[in-house]
Parts: sequence; structure tokens; C-alpha cells
Amino acid sequence: MNLVNLWFVLIAVLWGGYFVLEGFDFGVGMLLPFVPRDERERGAMFESIGPVWDGNEVWLVVAGGATFAAFPAWYGTMFSGFYLAFLLLLFFLIVRVVSFEWREKSESKAWRRVWMWANAGGSTGIALIWGIGLSNLLQGVPLDSSGDYAGGFWNLFTGYTILGGIAFVLLFAFHGAIYLTLRTMGDLCERAQTAAQRLAIPAVAVGGGYLIWTVAVAVDNNDKSVFPPVVPAAVAVAAFVFAAVFVYSGRSGIAFTLSAVGTASVVATLFTSLYPRVMVSNPDFANSLTVQNASSAHYTLAVMSVVAAICVPLVLLYQGWTYHVFRARVGGGELPRATETPVA
Amino acid sequence: MTLLASTTVDLARTQFATTSIYHFLFVPLTLGLGPLVAIMQTLWLRSKDERWLRLTRFFGTLFLINFAIGVATGLVQEFEFGMNWSVYSRFVGNVFGAPLAIEGLAAFMLESTFLGLWIFGWNRLSPRLHLATLWIAVLGTWLSAYFILVANSWMQHPVGYKIVNGEAQLTSVWALLSNGFALRAYLHTILAGLIFGSIIMLGVCCWHFLRGRQVELFRKAALVALIVAVPITLLQLIVGNRFGEAVTSAQSMKIAASEAQWNTCDPCGFSLFQIGGFTKSDETPSFSITIPRLLSYMATGSFSGQVQGLNQLQAKERRQYGRGNYIPDVRVIYWSMRVMAFAGVLMFLVAALGAWLYWRKKLERARWFLWIGLVAIALPYIAATAGWILTEMGRQPWIVQGLLLTSKANSPNVSTTWLGISLAFFITLYVVLGVVDFVLMRRYAHPDRPTTGEELATPAVTY
Repeated sequence: MNLVNLWFVLIAVLWGGYFVLEGFDFGVGMLLPFVPRDERERGAMFESIGPVWDGNEVWLVVAGGATFAAFPAWYGTMFSGFYLAFLLLLFFLIVRVVSFEWREKSESKAWRRVWMWANAGGSTGIALIWGIGLSNLLQGVPLDSSGDYAGGFWNLFTGYTILGGIAFVLLFAFHGAIYLTLRTMGDLCERAQTAAQRLAIPAVAVGGGYLIWTVAVAVDNNDKSVFPPVVPAAVAVAAFVFAAVFVYSGRSGIAFTLSAVGTASVVATLFTSLYPRVMVSNPDFANSLTVQNASSAHYTLAVMSVVAAICVPLVLLYQGWTYHVFRARVGGGELPRATETPVA
Repeated sequence: MTLLASTTVDLARTQFATTSIYHFLFVPLTLGLGPLVAIMQTLWLRSKDERWLRLTRFFGTLFLINFAIGVATGLVQEFEFGMNWSVYSRFVGNVFGAPLAIEGLAAFMLESTFLGLWIFGWNRLSPRLHLATLWIAVLGTWLSAYFILVANSWMQHPVGYKIVNGEAQLTSVWALLSNGFALRAYLHTILAGLIFGSIIMLGVCCWHFLRGRQVELFRKAALVALIVAVPITLLQLIVGNRFGEAVTSAQSMKIAASEAQWNTCDPCGFSLFQIGGFTKSDETPSFSITIPRLLSYMATGSFSGQVQGLNQLQAKERRQYGRGNYIPDVRVIYWSMRVMAFAGVLMFLVAALGAWLYWRKKLERARWFLWIGLVAIALPYIAATAGWILTEMGRQPWIVQGLLLTSKANSPNVSTTWLGISLAFFITLYVVLGVVDFVLMRRYAHPDRPTTGEELATPAVTY
């Protein structure tokens, strides 16, 4: 495997890491208005992702930076092309970041409600935009001969891409609900369990539909055969179906593992469907960006490979340790005094 | 068409200037307050003196409020290269993208993950391990600054590359990472961070002394702040001056503009203040105060060194790069350099005066100084902003010195409408963020805020 292909895979891995990890904290965010019964439970939900969400979000920063370094033309075209969508994305990302820090800075009910909704809205909006955005890479957008986006804002919305957005929202909500069943206790845990069960069928149905459509789009718009994209798609569907089954039988640990595998497989399906292109041009297929014409030169990729080989295992190690440190369940019965005493 | 194109570039430039200056209001405080909080937590662990713990919590909260906006606005910076500067992104990605990606993977990951551990780890980790998480997070912020400055310095002084098919390709990662310009810029920035941390900490202490609240407690913090502020502000004046020499060799035009030096001089006096003399049609100031030979020393390290003038450099660059105006906005560059330098000197004086008063045991009663200390909180912000205006506007018309013009680097398909929308969007959002941040920082730094034992048992952040 040459370095260009290696970096295509690594970018996919970074997106996969981002969605598997931040996917569940998006899900927890989306469920904030629905699952908790009172402010204390809402606090417990925030606490379940509090120590880890920022580390999870860095996977996006790295995916973005790595795309810039390894595929400058892809980075330039995608970010300038999806301009207004990314502006909206930045809005959601920013309000979500500050919601974690600011919500607990005042006891005021209205203030707390604002930041709860900022987190919920931000989580939903980010998932929706990524679903739509990444689906557009495959479905194809109008690119001119110099590789610049030639469409407008509304070109990004088609039946397929909107379904992609909805699928991302539902799958992350499902993933997040299962995470909550692992990290909370008591009443809150039971309600998270109910939420996971209610989300299971819509998530599997819409997610499955999206995956099938993805394979069809790969065949129609990207000159692919059904095989190999169908392989990760089938893995994803199977993983989510079994995750749903285990949610119903109350086995959260294995259900969470399966929803993580499913999420990673959705990313794998998209990237397998894209390869060897990184951004399909539609209608002028010849203007598509490929791993070859969008990539950096060999030397940069070699340097980056060494850095990735050293850093990625280290990151996995210390982020894994973080999850171990914060493995204790939160919420449920009487909370420790700490959480009841306001800082302000 | 030309008019429209220039508006697009101008809007994209305004946007980048706005978002990056704003981002850099928060970054240096993170760089500087982090280690100060870590030092206080270390002192607590060493001495078991609970006052250090209270100070750790107090300043730790300010550190975190500030950090959140640094993170949020940093995302914008990463996206903005691609969104507004796609031609630039494709041209430099091979070289410039690498340090950005490494920053994320090696530094930002470390900083975010370990800060999460520090915030929530108070009752879950052993005290030693918990302290270690903060030091590691601080290390992450310092590494992060290094990689970002490696990237920025390459725009100021490109090294370790070759141009292939109209794009820059990396030829030596070592040349990139050991770029002398980057190392000096890094030192300058880290010192700026420590000045932010210590001057703001000193200001908060002064506020508490003014109100007569917890004087004993905050005298300890003031001592830490002064021990850092006095040597670092002095060192920064020297380092800033040396950095000027590096700029002279890499970007002669920037130095000539920062001195409004239209013609080559030898030796050259340093202009402290002048009226007029900022445009080609008005080269001689109508009034100026000048220190003889000082510019020669500052720019070259020798009191008789030669500094090239703007006219001579313009003629030279015109021969080298073809027709065009290669002189940046002299008035802006001249004044941003002075605002930065004067603010730097003032901060040293404030720190030195504070240290003298502390030594004479008069600090908390010298009300005239306490007001100065409180107002001095504005100085590092002013100095850093002026410094970046000097760095970035002094490079114009280039986006990458000598390789790519700013006017040819923006996204061709991003219209003025989109740029207008996004600029208005960022300004609105940033004003709201700024107001909330200011209110929160003020409330959590306020002398009336208790730092009692009650709070010790609570995590720094409770959800």
C-alpha cells in the first residue's frame, strides 16, 4: 500500500474515531431535553461526558488538520465549497463547547435552560451537518476544472444527503442512549434504557436505508461495483441490528461495543464507496478529486506517517486510561454533596 | 471586476484578522496562567498549606473560563484557511498543513484530555497524579503554541521547501521545525503568555487589596505573580529586541516600515514618536523625537549598522518580483510596533514597582499603585494585539513572504455576499461570547467571591 492510500485510510480512521467517540456525547446532548426528569439528573448526564467530550472533539481537529496536510486540494475544495454549511457547523460547535463550561456558572433556571438547549441543539445540528456534508462527498457536487466548488448552498440538499443527516442524528442518539445506560444508575439509567429501546428501531431502519442508498449512490455516481462497499455496509447493518437486540435484552456493554462498531462501519462504508476519489464531481465526473490529484507529495506523507505511528497509539492509550478513571456510574440515588453545592 | 476582487480579499483579510486577534486574546492567558496555577498546586502539595489550594481553585476557575473560549475560537481558525483561503491552502498544504496536523495529534489531544482529567479528577486521582495531569495539560498548551508558530513562521520566513508545479512541497521537516524565526517567535510568545498570566494575576490581587478582602491570602498570589512578572517582562524586552534582528534579515521591509524609514540610513536613530512621514508623498515627519543610533542597534545588533530604507527595498523587490507595491501600510506598522514596545516597557515598570512595594511591605496599602495594577490588566492584551498586527500586516502584500501574494490566495468561489454574511456572523457571535466571558471572569475574580473551605470539597467544575 503506498502512502497516498495509507493516508486515505488514516483520514477514514480519524473520522471513525471522531464519530465513535464524539458520536455518543452528541447522543447524550440530544437526549438532554428528553431523558432527565430534573436538574440533578440533567447534571448527571452532563457529568457522564464532562471529562471526555473535549478529548473526543480533538479527533475532529486532527481529521481536519490531517486532511489539510495530506490532501490539501480536498481540504481547500471541501471547506470553501461547503461554506455556509460549515459556518453553521462552527456556530453549533462553538455554542456546544461553551455550554459545557457556562451552564453551571449560574443557578438561574432560564440560564441553565439556554445552555442545555445550546448543547442539545448543537449536538443535533453538528450530526445533521456532518451527515449531509459527508454524503455530498460521495453523491457528487459540481466542481469546475480547477477543482473548485461551482454550486450553491442548496445544491447540498438532496433526498440522499438529507437522509444521511437524519441517519447520523438517529444513530448518534441511539449510540448515546446506550452509553448512558453504561454510565448512569438508578432511575436515570432506566429511562436511558427506555430511550435506547425507543430509538433502536428508527435508528436501525433509517441507518440501514441510508447504507443501502449509499452503496447504490457509489455504483451510480462514483463508478463503483457493489462489492466492496457492500461489505462494511453489511457489517454496519448487522452491528446495529444486534446492538438493538442486546439493548432489548438489557446487555448494555455488548450493545455499546456493537453500536461503536456500527458507527465505525458507517464511516468505512462511505470511504470505501469514495475510493479512489475523495470528492466526486457531478455532473462533470472527470473533475472529481482523487487520492492522487488531491494529495501532498511523498515526503510530507512520510513525515506525517512517522508522527501518526508514534502519536496515535499514545493517544489511544491515555484516552483509554481517561475512560478507565471515569468508569464509575454517575447520578441515580443521593449525589455526593459536591454536586449539590454551587460553586458560585 | 478588479474592484470586486479587492473587496473579496479585503473581506477575507478583515475576517481573518478579526477571528485570529480575538482567538489570541484567550490563548496567551491559557499559556501563562496554566503554569502559574500548576505552580500553586505544587506548592500546596509540597507545603500542605491550604491557602495554596484555595488559590489554585480560585485562579484555576479563571483559567478554565478563559480556556473554553480559546478552544471554541480555535476551531474557527482551523476551518478558516480552507473556507476563505483555498488557493493558499492548496499552495501551502504540503508544508503548512503538517505542523497543524501534528499540533492536533501531539499537543491538542494531550491538552484537552488531561485538562478533562484535572477538572474532574480532584477526588478520583491521587494528589500527585492529579497534579501531574495539570502539568501535562500545560505541556500540551506549550507544545501546541510551538507547532502553530512553526506554521506561522513559515509564512514569514519560508524554509525547507521547493516549488513544484506551482505548489510548495516540504523538503526538510527539520528545517521547518528548527526555523530560527519560529524558535524566536516561540520564545517571544511563551514569554508573552507568562506576562499575561502574571500581570493579570497581579491585577486581580490588587483588586482584592483595594477592597481589603482576603489580603493575607492574595499577598501569596501577588508574590508568585511578581516573581514571574519582573524577570519575564525584562527578558521579553531583550528577546523582543533580538526577535527584531531576525525580522531584519528575513523581512527587511517589515522593519523599515515599522520605523517609517524611507531611505537607507547608517547609523540610524530610533523614532520614539512622530507626526507625519508615513506616506511616499510625505517622507519626512513634521515632528519627531529620535534617539540616535538606537535603531541601528535594535535592527542589526551594532550601533553603526545599516538599515535599508523602504524606497531602496521597493526598488529591489520590484526588480525581483516584478511590478507592484511591496510596501506595507507604514502608519499602521509604525504605530503597532510602538504600542507593543511601549506597553512592554510599561508592564516591566508596573512589575518592578510592585516588587519594590512588596519588598517594602507596602503593596497592599499603596492604593495609587493598586489602581495602576488593576488597570495594567489591559496592557498585555494591547501589546499582544499590536504585536500580531505588526507581524501580519508587516508581511503584506505577501501571504507567504516572497512566494504568494495575499491578493491571489483567497477562495475564488466564495462571494462577497458569503464573506459578508460570515463576517457579520463572527462579529455578532464573538461579541456575545466576549460579553459573557467578561461577566464570568469578573464575577469569578471578584473580591466578594468567597474562597472558603466549603468550596474545597467541590470539583472545579460541577455539572
